[in-house]
Amino acid sequence: MILQRTLTRLLTMIATLFGVAVVVFVVIRIAPGDPIAMMLPPGASQADIDRLRALYGLDKSLIEQFVIWLSGVVHGDFGTSISLRQNVLGLVLGRLPATLELSIFALLIALAIGLPLAVLGARERGTAVEAGIDVANGVALSIPDFLWGLVLILLFGVLMPVFEISGRVSPQLDLPFTTNFYLFESIVRLRFDLTANLLGHMFMPALALALPLAAIIAQLLKQSLKELLTLDYMVLARVKGFSETQVILREGLKNAALPTLTLVGVQFTFLIGGTVIVERLFSYEGLGNMAIDAVVNRDLPLIQGIVLVFALLFVVINLAVDMAYALLNPRLRHG
Amino acid sequence: MSTKTDRRTLLKLAGAGVAAASLSLPSKLFAQDKGELTIAYNVNLPSWDPTTGPSAVNPTIQGLYQSVFDQFILQKPDLSFAPGLLTEWGWSDDKKQIHMTVRDGVTWHDGSPFTAEDIAWSLERAGKAETGNPIQLVWAKIGNIKAEGNRVTADVLEFEPTIFKWMSFLTGYVLPKAYYEKVGAEGFEKAPIGTGPYMVEKFEQNAFLRLKANPNWWGGKPAFENVTIKFVTDAASRVAEIESGSSQVTLEIPYEEYDRLIAKDGMAGSCETVSDIGMIFFNDIDVMLDANVRHAAVMSVDKKLLVDRLPRGYGLPIDTLETPEYAAFDPSIKVEYNPEKAKELLAASGYSTDKPVKFTIQTTKGFKPKDYEMIQAIVGMWRKVGIEATIEVYEIAKHYELRAADKLAPAAFYNWGDAVGDPTTSTGFAMYGPSPHSVWDTKDVIDAINPLWGEADEAKRIAGWKAVSKLVADNAYVLPLLQYAQPIVHAKGVNVVQHKSGALLPALMTPA
Repeated sequence: MILQRTLTRLLTMIATLFGVAVVVFVVIRIAPGDPIAMMLPPGASQADIDRLRALYGLDKSLIEQFVIWLSGVVHGDFGTSISLRQNVLGLVLGRLPATLELSIFALLIALAIGLPLAVLGARERGTAVEAGIDVANGVALSIPDFLWGLVLILLFGVLMPVFEISGRVSPQLDLPFTTNFYLFESIVRLRFDLTANLLGHMFMPALALALPLAAIIAQLLKQSLKELLTLDYMVLARVKGFSETQVILREGLKNAALPTLTLVGVQFTFLIGGTVIVERLFSYEGLGNMAIDAVVNRDLPLIQGIVLVFALLFVVINLAVDMAYALLNPRLRHG
Repeated sequence: MSTKTDRRTLLKLAGAGVAAASLSLPSKLFAQDKGELTIAYNVNLPSWDPTTGPSAVNPTIQGLYQSVFDQFILQKPDLSFAPGLLTEWGWSDDKKQIHMTVRDGVTWHDGSPFTAEDIAWSLERAGKAETGNPIQLVWAKIGNIKAEGNRVTADVLEFEPTIFKWMSFLTGYVLPKAYYEKVGAEGFEKAPIGTGPYMVEKFEQNAFLRLKANPNWWGGKPAFENVTIKFVTDAASRVAEIESGSSQVTLEIPYEEYDRLIAKDGMAGSCETVSDIGMIFFNDIDVMLDANVRHAAVMSVDKKLLVDRLPRGYGLPIDTLETPEYAAFDPSIKVEYNPEKAKELLAASGYSTDKPVKFTIQTTKGFKPKDYEMIQAIVGMWRKVGIEATIEVYEIAKHYELRAADKLAPAAFYNWGDAVGDPTTSTGFAMYGPSPHSVWDTKDVIDAINPLWGEADEAKRIAGWKAVSKLVADNAYVLPLLQYAQPIVHAKGVNVVQHKSGALLPALMTPA
């Protein structure tokens, strides 16, 4: 059952990626802004314009361009960036680890904030504490991540300058890393001085991304827990002498976690999407920051590469969530 | 059922808070040493080859290139030219050849000697179409380039009066022949070397650039031993960088923030005009073919008020596309502000405030400081005299596309930089109809400009361009608005010399 489900999902995944590739390819070519017009030399004639167009392969029909690009992608060649003049796949893979580390760190922060708040809210249901949590959730949700970023910069970058405002790591440091997963590698190599430095740079953008997600987790999980707490087996647990916190943690949490898990998976993909603006704000050298440059420069091959990788991330995360859900849910596990 | 929060729970929560706060790491771990300078820069550096690709013609990036590479000819902060790697240059009497003398005793960052061969190779390479130099058409006007001793000569294939000015301008950089041929384009991107004041120590795209002073620079070792340039493209983040002390210098921040920051203890700034102007293109279509409409549109705009109110007085109202620093600036050309006369002109064409002339004006929003607000204000001024303009916001990429295709709206806002201050690269390209950069195509302007492209007599050439400026102003073919001022904020411990080209150069900075 799980195998069949996984195979179906894999096929859906390929179809989704193809659809994304078509849409992105067409949309960025019909969107305003001709990359050739942006690099026209002074005194350029029509012949010069045509030469530049041919140089970047923009002289062919849309279908021809798409076929050439897609066959390249299938063979691992995403083309060459117009603005950076480097291999697109190399550029994208070089930046992806930074964005993944930021997103995962943000997810961990969201869980670290959201889970205790949900448990506390459920435990203190009907009291001022729950009302306070609801208000905090509302505030966290109604302020978008980039605005949280600005607030955090003001608070912890300017008024109480304890975190770094920009970048991923201090330029003065010598980095012994062999991969671009700096945070992961610093921990593996036991270079906690570098870990601290990386976290100091990552904390504010990650928190900005995490706050809205933390509010969603807290709200949804609290609601699920509150519904479960009225069920008979929960009452029985209390009769057995478990404290309210024990009842929630031992009996409630695992059953309430399923809908939350699905939602966290979906929201995590949105969180990765949110890195585009937040990375820009904090000058964090991830994929999102590069995406903005690519759009500004009308770097068509780079935009295509980044969007395709983002799409791949989305479908992989959704697949992982589906599989986790199937594994955790006994009804699906046993068909 | 509910339980009350007890003291233990509160303590647990407080503990969690403290743990979270403990993550606040020593952010100022690397206190600024003397000789260490950090700059929050407003653009990213996409590529290390200053002669190819779109970044080669991006004026904002030139400050970074000029820190590592030398140009053929040095340009001083006031835009005047001075000996650099070339100590002498000129034309033969018949203008069929150019000659250059190369500075002795210069070395590349890897210690190898710089020679006349490097100059000849750099010029040759710039003129080859396959290298992707955006200014290749200009460089291709010289050929048969020969290096002999410390002298370089080249034949003039097509006379280009501004060829030496281009040697201080976009793509006019000297690259290392032997090193480049050895490592190739990809190797050069990874480890670029030049002869400039700073050597590249570390570079992370979209993140930072670490520079180390070149002790052998022919202009003398720069004052700051180490310079870190952080690429902080968001203006609010740049403000935070300087305000928190993380950076000592930053640029291109909102004028309001500039005023606020320089009033703070320990901070200073400069906000002088640079070689960049704001203007409104008129396209010779629809109502813009009516001279009365154009004149009314020009004379109903109170530029002084615009400069005073929007960039808070930072900037200079202009009447032509030439600023006071440019070679063909003519202070006698004035365009009056006269809204009453504008009404009369519009009335003569059958328009009034009750029956306004209507057209679209395109503008960017946020591409230049206060661009959209400026157009809103202008539309307000126009409305009072009988012009009803509809604002259409577009991205800068769309502007380039429309301009190249000659499809701009009747009016379109743009900014135009000209770091060498020559009229060909300002009025010339902006107003010459056949150029892909111009949308005004009337024959009178084309005929006036045509003989100037190859004019060998410099005085006659400049006089000719002044006459073109007058022709353009007299006929209201364009609406020049203001010369921009570039805000630079810095710690009081740093002296910053502002360059008129807008390039922010660490080599010009010294400890106070």
